Amino acid sequence: MHSLGIDVLFKGTNMIRLLKGLWVSVEISLVSVVISIVLGLVVGVLMTSQNRGIKAVLRLYLETVRIMPQMVLLFIVYFGSTRVFGLNISAELSALIVFVFWGTAEMGDLVRGSIKSIARIQYESAYALGLNKFQVHYYIIFPQTLRRLIPLSINLVTRMIKTTSLVMMIGIVEVLKVAQQIIEANRRSSPNAAFGVFAVVFLLYFVVCWPVSRLAASLEKRWA
Amino acid sequence: MSDLVRVKHLHKEFDNNVVLKDINLSVKKGEVVVIIGPSGCGKSTFLRCLNGLESIESGAVVIDGLPVNPDKNDIYKIRQKIGMVFQSYELFPHKTVLENIILSPVKVQKRYKDDAIREALVLLDKVGLVEKKDYYPRQLSGGQKQRVAIVRALIMHPEVLLFDEVTAALDPEMVHEVLQTMLDLARSGSTMVIVTHEMAFARAVADRIVFFDQGEIVEESEDVKSFFNAPTTERARKFLKTFAYE
Repeated sequence: MHSLGIDVLFKGTNMIRLLKGLWVSVEISLVSVVISIVLGLVVGVLMTSQNRGIKAVLRLYLETVRIMPQMVLLFIVYFGSTRVFGLNISAELSALIVFVFWGTAEMGDLVRGSIKSIARIQYESAYALGLNKFQVHYYIIFPQTLRRLIPLSINLVTRMIKTTSLVMMIGIVEVLKVAQQIIEANRRSSPNAAFGVFAVVFLLYFVVCWPVSRLAASLEKRWA
Repeated sequence: MSDLVRVKHLHKEFDNNVVLKDINLSVKKGEVVVIIGPSGCGKSTFLRCLNGLESIESGAVVIDGLPVNPDKNDIYKIRQKIGMVFQSYELFPHKTVLENIILSPVKVQKRYKDDAIREALVLLDKVGLVEKKDYYPRQLSGGQKQRVAIVRALIMHPEVLLFDEVTAALDPEMVHEVLQTMLDLARSGSTMVIVTHEMAFARAVADRIVFFDQGEIVEESEDVKSFFNAPTTERARKFLKTFAYE
C-alpha cells in the first residue's frame, strides 16, 4: 500500500495551522448562527402574521435565499459590492453577512413551521382555563415551539458549519484552504498528501458537527 | 332565576352557513343537561359558544349573569367560571400532570402554589391517579389523560362544566372509567352540559335531554326515560334508531 500522506501534518506547524483554520470556520459559523437565531426568531414570528404585505416580502426573501447558491451570494457581497456601491467590505464581514442573510431566512422558516405545527385546540384548551393571550403564548405556545425548534435548528447549524468551506473562495484562509496550502507545499515530498490531509479535514468537520447532531438527537428524544 | 347558563336566540354562522339557529336554552344550578344529535348538528359548536371559543352572530349567552363576548376583556374572568373538557384531552405535552393541573389556579387565580398542589393531589386521588402526578401526558393512557383533564377543569371551581364528546377518542375499556368520574360529579351536584354519543350514559346521568339536529333544538325533555323510550319527534326517533340493533 502507498503512504496515506498523513505524515505532512506532523511537519513543522502544519497541524496547528490546520486547527487554526478550523477555528476560523467555527468562528464564522458560531457568530453567524447566534445572530441568525436571534433574527430568525423575529422573522419567524413575523412570517406567521396576518399581514399579507409582510408575508409576501418574507416569502420572497426566503425563496431568494433558497434559490441562490451561497457562493453566488458571497461573490455578490464581496466582489460585487466593492465597485457598485464603493464599499470595501472585508472577506470575513462578507462571509458573516451572507451567512446571517441565509441563516435568518432558514431559521425564520423553521420558527414559522414550529409555531404553525401547534394545533389550534391547544390554544383553545388554554383559553378555556381562563388564561389570557399573553399567558397562553408564554406558558403554552412558546415552550412547545422551542422544543420543536431546537432539534431542527441544530440541523441548520451543522449545515451552516459545513457550508463555511465556501468562504475560501473569497480568500478566507479557513480549514480547507489551509489543507490545500499544505498539500501544494508538499507536492514533491509527499505526493499522497491529498488523501491524508483531506481525510483529516473530514475528521475535523466530523468532530465539530457530530456532538452537535447528537445533541439534536437526544433533545428530540427527550421532548418527543 | 337561578339559571346559571342562559342562551337566548343564539345564531351562529360559518361563512354564510348557518350552523346554529335561534337556540334557547337555560341550565339551572346543579342541573345536568345532555345534548345528543347526529354528527355535524352543531352541538359541539354550541358548547364552544358557551365559553366564547366561538363568536356568535346574534343572540346572547349569559353565564352566571355575565354576558359572554369573546372580544371583551372580561371573557377571561367568565371562562374561570366554566370548565371545559375536550374530546382530544388537550393536556399540555410539555408539562407534567401536576403542572398541567396547577397552571391555571396559580397563574390565573393567583392562588398559592402549595395550596393548589394540595388540592390537585386530593382531586387526583379521587380519580385514582395520584401516583401519576409527575408523569408526562404521553406516558398516560387516553382514559387517564381525560381524567387529568377533568381534574384540571375542576380545580378552578367552575360554576358549570362543559364536556365535548369526551369519550369519543377512547378505547371502549377506557370509556367506563371516564364516564364513572363524570357520574360521580353529577351526583355531587355539579352543573354540567354534556355532549355525548353514549346513549346509556346519557340516560343515566341526564336531568334533561336536548336533541339537536341541523343546528336547532328539535326536542327537549326532562322526562329522560320516556324520551329514550318514545321520543315525540320523528327526527329524534330516527336518530335513536341508529343506536338500536334488531
